[in-house]
Amino acid sequence: MRIAVALKPGHSDPEGETATRLLKELGYKVETVNVSKVYNVFLEARSRKEAVMKAEEMCKRLLANPTKDKYTIVVEEQK
Amino acid sequence: MKLEEIRVCVLRVGGTNCDAETKRAFENLGVQAEILHINEVVKSQNLLEYQVLVFPGGFSYGDYVRAGVIWANWILAKLGKELKAFVEDDRPVFGICNGFQVLVEAGLLPGFEGLSQYPEAALATNLPPGYNCRWVYLKCENNGKCIFSGKIPKGKVLRVPVAHSEGRFIFTKEQEKKLLEKLYENDQLVFRYCDRTGEYAEGNYPMNPNGSFHDIAGICNSEGTIFGLMPHPERAFYWWQQPNWTRQKRMPQYGDGKLIFESLINYLEKKS
Repeated sequence: MRIAVALKPGHSDPEGETATRLLKELGYKVETVNVSKVYNVFLEARSRKEAVMKAEEMCKRLLANPTKDKYTIVVEEQK
Repeated sequence: MKLEEIRVCVLRVGGTNCDAETKRAFENLGVQAEILHINEVVKSQNLLEYQVLVFPGGFSYGDYVRAGVIWANWILAKLGKELKAFVEDDRPVFGICNGFQVLVEAGLLPGFEGLSQYPEAALATNLPPGYNCRWVYLKCENNGKCIFSGKIPKGKVLRVPVAHSEGRFIFTKEQEKKLLEKLYENDQLVFRYCDRTGEYAEGNYPMNPNGSFHDIAGICNSEGTIFGLMPHPERAFYWWQQPNWTRQKRMPQYGDGKLIFESLINYLEKKS
């Protein structure tokens, strides 16, 4: 599965702002760039629901800080 | 407690790099300080033999995922019970720089209602972005709750260095006003960034080196026994650590950072 951790709206994203500024300098008509971190997690689960539950637990315990981060989980089945 | 009975545990893991200076600072004040790798403490289960626990600065586990979060999870998983007992016994816990990040990620700070299950604050990427290593001024804001600032009068300005990339203290946006009020109510605010005259930085760089909310540089828990600070007092302990020491004809023997260590030891000496 794919877990993407990004900043919640309203929180400063210095890395994204720097990238935006530079891309504009390079001539791209960029509005904004938001930086997020993607974790590709490979695990065994009996169902999609179980995989999502595990991913949520991982986010809460380690991958995301609820003060500033939001996360999205996309499960892909592999046989 | 007698000075020679005080034992300080300076923890380290891969990436810790301020353990030696921290140990030396404590030893200068006449207490026993030992640098212990976390695996040694897990193996011997001896955390409660110490009176002070310190998470020193560095880049634990390469700052992967988020600065401090891996160490925080590791200690909760391996030493959670001992750490809880240590904290509940009101024994002091000190987090410097990366150590502050660990304490926040572990839910020990701000610790409004004790240890929280998930972090209640964050030390986010600096604003302006990048690693910032410079001398800053801190104003003592505490009214006496924090045991690490007992010898520092409220309003006194200290000069110490910062060295970090992720030191912007923030609360969740929706609650930042409410939580700041709570910090004041509980007397948990310890140091704010300011200029050399003591005027608050008001978010302006470079006085506030990382864009911290409300110029927050250091806070304690609601009991005053757990303290986290982004700047490095152990790097401002001796006079010769100060940036202008070669230009001074007469310098005091020690730097401002010593006051923080002294406050803690002074508190422990008075404790029965």
